[in-house]
This record gives sequence, C-alpha cells and structure tokens, in this order.
Amino acid sequence: MSRLGWRAGWALAAAIPAAFLVVFFAWPAATLVARGFHDGTTWTLEGFTAVFESRRTWRAVGFTLWSATTSTLFCLALGLPGAYLLFRTRFRGRDTLRALVTIPFVLPTVVVGVAFGSLLRTDGLLGWLGLSGTPVAILAAMVFFNYSVVVRTVGTFWARLDPRLTQAAATLGASPWRVFRSVTLPALAPAILSAAALVFLFSASSYGIVMVLGQTRYSTIETEIWFLTTQLLDLPSAAALSITQLVIVTLALWLSGRAQHRMTRALRLQPDVAEVTPLRMSMDWGSVLVTLLVAVVLLGLPLANLLWRSLHLSGRLTPDNFVRLGTQEIFGATVWGALRTSLQTALAATAIAVTLGVLVALVASRRPRRGGARAALSTLESLFLLPLGVSAVTVGFGYLITLNRPPLDLRSSLILIPIAQAVVALPLVVRTLLPTLRAIEPRQLEAAATLGSAPLQVFRRVELPHLRRGLGLAIGFAFATSLGEFGATSFLARPDNPTLPVLIFRLFGRPGAESYGLALAASVVLALLAGVTMALAERLRPKEVTSW
Amino acid sequence: MVTVGGKAGPAGLEVVDATVHYGSDVGIEDVTVEVRPGEVVGLLGPSGCGKSTLLRAIAGLEPLTSGRILWDGSDLSAVPVHRRGFGMVFQDGQLFSTMTVGRNIAYGLAGMPRAAQEERVAEMLELIGLTGYAGRRTTELSGGEAQRIALARSLAPRPRALLLDEPLSALDTTLRRRLAQDLARILRETGTTAAYVTHDHQEAYTVADRVAILDAGRLLQVAEPETLRARPASRRVADFLGFSAYVPADEARELGWDGDLGPGEMLGLGPASLQLDSSGVELPVVEQSLTVDDIAITVELPDGQRVRVSSPSKVEESSVRVRLRGGAITPAGPGGDDTRG
Amino acid sequence: MRTTLKVLAAGALAVSLVACGSGTDEPGPDAGGGATDGALTESDTLTVLTHSSFALPDELKKKFEEETGYTVTYTAPGDAGALVNQLVLTKDSPLGDVVYGVDNTFASRANDAGVLSPYESEAGSPDESLAAANLTPINLGDVCINADKEWFAEHDLEIPATLDDLTKPEYRDLLVVSSPASSSPGLSFLIATIGAKGEGWLDYWRALDDNGLLVVSGWTEAYYTEFSGADGEGPRPLVLSYSTSPAFTVQDGGSTTEALLDTCFRQVEYAGVITGAQNEVGARAFIDFLLSPEVQAAIPENMYMYPVVADTPLPEEWERFAPLSDHPISVSQEEIGANRDQWIKDWTAAIS
Repeated sequence: MSRLGWRAGWALAAAIPAAFLVVFFAWPAATLVARGFHDGTTWTLEGFTAVFESRRTWRAVGFTLWSATTSTLFCLALGLPGAYLLFRTRFRGRDTLRALVTIPFVLPTVVVGVAFGSLLRTDGLLGWLGLSGTPVAILAAMVFFNYSVVVRTVGTFWARLDPRLTQAAATLGASPWRVFRSVTLPALAPAILSAAALVFLFSASSYGIVMVLGQTRYSTIETEIWFLTTQLLDLPSAAALSITQLVIVTLALWLSGRAQHRMTRALRLQPDVAEVTPLRMSMDWGSVLVTLLVAVVLLGLPLANLLWRSLHLSGRLTPDNFVRLGTQEIFGATVWGALRTSLQTALAATAIAVTLGVLVALVASRRPRRGGARAALSTLESLFLLPLGVSAVTVGFGYLITLNRPPLDLRSSLILIPIAQAVVALPLVVRTLLPTLRAIEPRQLEAAATLGSAPLQVFRRVELPHLRRGLGLAIGFAFATSLGEFGATSFLARPDNPTLPVLIFRLFGRPGAESYGLALAASVVLALLAGVTMALAERLRPKEVTSW
Repeated sequence: MVTVGGKAGPAGLEVVDATVHYGSDVGIEDVTVEVRPGEVVGLLGPSGCGKSTLLRAIAGLEPLTSGRILWDGSDLSAVPVHRRGFGMVFQDGQLFSTMTVGRNIAYGLAGMPRAAQEERVAEMLELIGLTGYAGRRTTELSGGEAQRIALARSLAPRPRALLLDEPLSALDTTLRRRLAQDLARILRETGTTAAYVTHDHQEAYTVADRVAILDAGRLLQVAEPETLRARPASRRVADFLGFSAYVPADEARELGWDGDLGPGEMLGLGPASLQLDSSGVELPVVEQSLTVDDIAITVELPDGQRVRVSSPSKVEESSVRVRLRGGAITPAGPGGDDTRG
Repeated sequence: MRTTLKVLAAGALAVSLVACGSGTDEPGPDAGGGATDGALTESDTLTVLTHSSFALPDELKKKFEEETGYTVTYTAPGDAGALVNQLVLTKDSPLGDVVYGVDNTFASRANDAGVLSPYESEAGSPDESLAAANLTPINLGDVCINADKEWFAEHDLEIPATLDDLTKPEYRDLLVVSSPASSSPGLSFLIATIGAKGEGWLDYWRALDDNGLLVVSGWTEAYYTEFSGADGEGPRPLVLSYSTSPAFTVQDGGSTTEALLDTCFRQVEYAGVITGAQNEVGARAFIDFLLSPEVQAAIPENMYMYPVVADTPLPEEWERFAPLSDHPISVSQEEIGANRDQWIKDWTAAIS
C-alpha cells in the first residue's frame, strides 16, 4: 500500500467513529444545549446567571467533585489489591470471583437501591451504621459499581507486566512494599489513570445512585440537570449546567490525559498466562484481606441480600418468583422475552461499540512524529470519553429533537436503543484497548519493519495480536454496559419490547408481593447474566502461543 | 584444583543438593556448587539446561523443592529475595523505564543520604565508562549501554554476591566480546563474588575463575577453565566444550602426540588440537570454511571421525599434513555423566 | 365477570367501529374545543406515546389493530412529566400521533405549549371535575398516605387519619414519602398539602420534617424499602402510595394496609391528539378505544388506576379494599400549571 493510501486508510478509520459520535452524541447533545441559549428568537445567557447565582448549584458542583474524587480514590485503594489478587495470583475460585466482581457494574440503579436500601435502613442488617441517606451510602454504591472497572482495567495490564522488572528491584534490596511503590505502581500508572478517569466520569455522572441512596438530600450536577430537564423543562438552566458538566469532564480528561501521556513508557509486556504465581498467604495476606472485605461486605452483602429476598414471596422462602419468571406475563411480555430483547440489543450495541472502539484505539495509538499530529490524537481519544461525562438525559432528550426528521428519522426505530448503548459503551472499549496498544515497545514495531514486514504486516502480526488480547475484556465491558444501561434506554424504550432493566424498573414500580418478587428474581437473572458474560469474555481471550 | 564440592571453608555461597521442580518438570536436580568469596563462577550449558533456574533459585526468585542455599554457612531458604543481598543482572537489563539512569543506579542505595547516593552513582558510571549518563532516560540507551547500566545498578549497593543471567546474550558478538572483558575487569576490580550464567564458552572463560557445566538440570563438572579444557570429567562435558573426536593413546601417537593416557582414558580432539605441519600425518580434507580469524578445515581421521584444523589460508590440495599437539584427556565411556570432578 | 367482559367487548367493538368510521370520515360533531376540523390526516401506521406505566393486555391491543387496520407502535419515554416535556420539545416534529398518560399535574404545560389538538371523546366521562382542555380523561386514582394496620395494632397506636395527625409526636419517625422533585406521587402529595393548607403549606412540611419525615427519591424506595406493610418489610408504617395499594396486600381475606382517605389527591390521566399528528383519525380512534368498556375494565388490573367510565366493573379486591376517597383534596389545573415549578423549587429549598 502506498504511503498516501496508508494515510487515507487511517483517516478513514478515524472518520467513521468520529462521524458516529457526532451524529449520535455531539449533535443531539449540542442541539438540546443550544435550545437553552436560544429561546426561539434571540440568544440569551440568562440560564448562566440564574444557575450560578444559586447556592444550590455550587453545592451540587461541590458535591459532584467531592463524591466523584472520593469514590475514585476508594476504588483505586480497594481495587489495586483486587487487581493484583485476581490477575497476578492463582487460586481456586479465582475466575468465579473475577466474574462476580463485575456483576454490580450492570445492575440497574433501582436494583442497587433495593439491595443497598434494605441493608442500610434503620432496621436493616447494617442499619446500626446509621448510613441510610448519607453521602457514605452514595459513595459505597459508587464503589460497588465501579470497583470492577479498576480491578479489570488495571488487572489485565498488571498480568502482563514483565515480572522480572520487580524481581530486579527485589534483588536490589527493595522490600515488597518499596518494589510496589517505586516500580510496579509507576509501571501501572497508565492503566491506573485510565481506570481512574473512567471511575471519575461514571461517578460524576451517576444519577440513580445519588437520588436513591442520597434520598434526594444530595444533588450533583447530573441530578440537577435531570431535575431541570425532566421536571421543570427549564432548558436555559439545564444548558448552563450541561456546559458546566462538560467543562469539568473535559478538565478531568485533560488532566488524566496529560498525566497518562507523561507516564506511559514503553513497557515490556508479556503474555499473561505464564507468570501468575500461586497465592502465598504469608506475602499476600494484605491483598487477601482487603479483597475479601470488599467481596464479602461491599459486593457480597448487597448481592446476597438481593438473592435472599428474591427467594421469598409474602415472607415465605420459595423459588416461586423464579418459577413465575417464565410463565407470568407482565405488560404483554415475559421476563424471558425481555431477556431476549436485552441480549439482542446488547449484542448489536457491542458489535457497534467494539468495531468503532477498535478503530479509535488503533488510530489513537499511532505514534506520529509531528507534535501537532500527536496532540490531535490525544484530543481524539479524549473526545471519545465525553459520552461518559455528559448527562444521559441531555443525550436522550437530544435524540428526540434531532433524530426525529429526515434524513435521520429514527423516532420510533428500535435501532436507536443499541446505538444509544453503544455510545455509552464506546469509551470503555477505547479505554480498555488503548493502554495495551500504547504499551507495545516501539522497537518491536521497528524490528518487525526491519525484518521486512510492510506496514500492513506489522499491523497484522504485531499489533493485532496485542489488540486481540484486550478484546475479550472490551467485549465483556461493552456487553455488560449495554445490558445494564438504563438512562438513555429508558427514554427510547418501547413498552411492548422492554429490555430487562426497563422491565425490572417497571416491576418495582407496581404494588403487590408478586410484582416485587418477580422484579427481584429478574434482577438476580440480570446479575447472573452479567457474571456469565464476563466469565465468557475471559474465555474469549485467545490462548497465548507466542512468547516474546 | 580439580576438586569441587562443599569441602572448602564455610565462607561464600554454597548450593547443596538443590532441586527445583516446576510441576512435574525438573528445573535442576541435586545440584551442589560453591562460589568462594571474590570468585566468579560461570554456569555454562546449552539453553534449557537449568542454569538460569539455578541462578534464580540462588536469588530466591525460585523456591527450592529440596536442598539448601547457604551464605557463610547459614541457610537462606527463609530469607526473602530483597534481604539476601544478592544483586542480579538480567538478560535484558530490566531497567526501570520510569526512572532516569541515575535513579536506576541509585535504586539499591535507598538507605544512603542523597549526596552519598549521587557520589556512588557517579563512581559506578565511571566504572562502566558512561560518565555523565546519570540524567539520561533509559529509552535513550543502546543495548550495550543498557546492560552496563544494569550492571552498575546491581553493583552499586555492594551486594555480597552478584548473579548475572546471560547479561550479554542480547548483544552482538563484537560488543559481547568487548563487554565480557569489561565485565571481567569490573568484577575483579570490585572483588565481587559472582555467579555468571552464559551459553557462550568464550564468555565463560573470559569472565569466570571456575566454570560449572550443566546439562539437563544436572551439574556435570565444576573446574577452572584450563582444567575443563585439559581434563573434562566426561564425554558429555568434552562434547559440549567443542571436542569432536576421541582417540585412544596409540592412535593419538600415530598423529604425532607425545603424551600419555591412563587406563580407560581417551584423548579428545578439538579445533586447536591438530596443527598444520608439513612433516605431519597426511589426512584428507572434507570441507573448508571461512571464519573471522582463519580458514577452518575439516579433516577426516583414519577411523572416520572428523576434526577441525585452523589454517591461515585456503588449501588447494585434497589433503593436508597435520600434527596432534594436544587435547582433552577424557574418560573413555561415552556415558559417564554425573561425574563431579 | 367473564360474561360481563364479553358483553363489554361487543360494546367496545361497536364504539370503535363508530369512531373509526370508514377511513377519512369526520369522527362526528363531538370534536370538542370547537375546532373546525377540515380534512383529518390518516396513515396506516399509528404511533402511541405513553408514560412508562402503560400496560394493556395483548389481545386488546391486537384487536384494536385488527379493527382499524393500523400498525400501531407504542413508545414510552418516561413518566408523565418527562412525557409532556418531550412533547413540548418535539413540537415541530412530533414523536407520535396520540399521547396517553398526561396527568392533571402536567396537563397545563402541554396545553400552554400547544402540543395538543382539540379532541375530546364523547365516550368519556361526563364528570366536569375531570375535564381538561384538549384532553380526554381515561383513568384516575387517589394518591394517599397508606398505613400498615398490623404495625399499628402491634404497637397499640391509633392509625392517623388526617394530614395534621401526621405532625403529632406519637407518629414521629413513622412516615416516608417520595420526593415531589423526582416522583409523580410525590408531586401529587405536595399539591395535596397545598390544597389543604393553602399559604401555610411550607410550614406544614417543616412540621412534618421536624416530626421525623423521611423523603426518598421514588415510590419504589418508599414502598418497598422503607414501608413496613409491603413485601420489603421496612421500618416505617406510614407511606405515600395510592388508594388502590391496599388491594395488593390482602392476606386471609383482609388487607393488612389501608389508605388514609382524608389525605388524598386525585390524579387523573388523560389522552390527547398530538398537534401535527400524521394520523389524526387513528389518534381519535385510539382515544375512543381507551374509553371502550373492555379497556376501561382492564385498567385496574393493568395500570392500577380506576377507570373513568362510571359503572365499569372493578376487581373484587378493589371493591373491598381500595375505595376512592369521596373527598379528595383538589387544586385547579390552572393553579397547578401556574405554580407547579415554583412549588417544587420552594419545597426543594426548604426540605431537601
């Protein structure tokens, strides 16, 4: 392929996902925000004055920053030992545990609300902690959700760090703690930053957790946008807040991108099968303790609570709820029907997100010589994370006012749901794949080239195998995200074809022991599905054959 | 100094009956070897022979299935890697890419005051001939530089022993030869006790005071290089060292040798055993090939075995006259492995 | 019950046949609001916009399609508030032809924005108190405080009856409600307190707050997590829910909960033709269909609301345990429309 043709290829690879993002994210969101500044005849900035004169806004901004930062720190502190344990050591039940920790990631907020709420309320198992309706409850749920993001993003990277690097440090007399601090941690920095940025965005834009577990006492920018948009239809104020949100998110991304850029060194990565060591309690007790605590208290209790409740009907222990899953019709659909819809939708969303994500990751991992081109690439990468930081209600409402006329009249089209989910899953895919590609030692690519490989072959024989290794995780994340997506989906839902989270939400909204039981049972099914998905995604990773 | 084994004093490093199993695979089996203070012992063997495993076991990176590792007579089994005080140089350096060259070298000096650290770094850089490199990034180094930095990093904290795991194998030959000499000088100058893993005889002879030959996880012989060359303990050792033909005493004398062999011994013939000599025995030339230093002529002995002879130039005739100058006195049996000196 | 349904079904058929007529015929002189309907639009598809609680048996939906020949698509983009907001936002290129689920707390916003075409089905209720411009009432329900009767019996405490009772010290820490800022019953209850307390409504809320009121984000959290009388078995015996909720807590022939009928606000849900509909004929037919005896009879079991058409048979449990309040607290739609946002803001500032 000629040099020009090669360039054109990359440009096209960048253009396709960019176009997708513009049409299905930027344009809708921008249009809605623009409505806030343009009242039909004139432009106005009254939203800004109104919003920023309100103390409530500043409280919301403050709480957003505080809760997202704190939750990120906790996720890292708890997630790093977990990443080590689940990806660097070997013990019975490890794979099950890996799948288990991902379950919370896909649970709809209403389910988390029920699971946490009944634990934390005054007479609940953890009621004595007095956490009901406190910021701690919100934080706990944020960590519950995002723990696996850290464990998986960092863990898969960690698994492939050359162990001899830390061995070298140990032979220089460094204690395990010093080795971790001075060698492992800096080497993991790109993955850690990547995970941190994701957790921060997820936390900062979480709506349901703050509403449900904060019992409406705490507001974040996101909840304010929802409130202003869905309740008051105060678009000017919502737009002002959306811009604020965008500024914060952009700032956070810029900071993390800069730090990541500074810290990403070409690392010698290696296949991750050979070097897991058996768990040694004498060395690993710290990680074991932390992870056990997280797995049992933070993840286990709410999930067990959910399971336990799902096995009850009108106070009796019975599998009846699960039996009725297949038989009882709710709103003309059964839970199995909804499950099928969910799977189909998630499959479509995953296909879209992974295809586009691979393109983005490949383009963003290029190493152009010119500084300008490098800067453009890092901007491109950050742009694809924006959907995580922008309110689902902004995007959802934006869809309704932009995609409702030719040439793109998708008003009641079912395709909009997987597209909306793909927009949310795309950033995760990109973030999962990029560190892997970035970490390829440039000399390897050069070596391949000097060995006579044309660029296409270098790409196929060196980069693709790397990419494939991250792909299992990317697919798993994309699928799980789509499966659990509720925010944007709820705006586009079709009552006769609900996805499982939507159906669960509606079931929880009805009185009667049977609806409640069914909702719980359906939640358990969703949780199981998430677990199975992640376990399968793990298997999807090809067995290593090459060693280098 | 033909004897090896644990009879010498308790000082230095002792490996006693060390066995390492990976699952059902054997890494090393019943290896006993000793490194005396200030001595450099080369661990030589084909790839997969277990020499790296032995080194990693000494460092504490590989748990022993059975046996003991001792330092000055005390058992190290319970001592974790970072407390053993053994430096290690890896095949590919394993420099910390998140730190500068200076920080890499100073890594093992954590307890020292800053100024002392800098001084030591400068000293080490001078030792390895890379003065002024402290501020560089590790990604800017050539392969040879990186390995020398890795050596300096390991030496900086004055380890009680240094373990080198094929430190030069990733480099090109010329560089390897030169660096091997540098390494030998540095190790001697610093009086470092060291174990040096390599698969290259030349390198082993250059660097090591004594060389241990390993094959298939077992130690075949430990001896000084000259001893190894003169009296390999077994046919396998001799084979590995490059001896390609084995002749009994009478045959050797027919080729012009004037030495003596004991009962059950044969003379091993290597590349330097036969020399061109116009008054020697005439042997047919089978093959000629060009090397850096000479023309390697392969001749056939009367019994059909083949031996290399060094010649300054190509020969036109179909035979050459040679004289047998020396060889390795080798036990006659083709087996005879597991003979420890 | 079964025979009644059959008779009703026949009636429904008749109604819908009349309503749809034969294609583009004008639907009759009933097109309320006095709009002169020129040629109504029609197409072979019909898009129905509903709130997220919309549910009807498949047979009924299928029957409507068969009788009218339309391909019907349902979309449910959120609760009543979100639904109206989306209608307003998409005024120039509407999301559908007919909307169902606009309630009396949001009706005025829809009308102010002009997103509804004049049509009021004559099959509807003659009850003037339910009327709203351009909208046809379909069903109604009372949002009331519910009490866990067993809890009060166990604690030997009298069940409170009025809004004022709720601020009394003996009922301290017992009440949980959902927030007016994020839930539809929450907003209804807020309006109820305004209807009952007038200018002093905020003081009333402060008194509730001082008496240990718990505000949660939605009905689910209130009813299933905090309320003691539902399957979630929480700690609080008083919860904001619906007057029909006691029909779902029946055990051994009696309900374990009851609605406090002096605390109710009446929520009415409407259907209307969306301005700019591609299928106005179908939209009108759908509204008539919602009023057909069959659909009306299906509403209690499917949407937990009372049918608007008088004399529609109710499920047995409803007759016994889920009466409507005979004196709901009422606030006019105009007043709600004019003040709703301010009330919510004031409430939010004072309470949360």
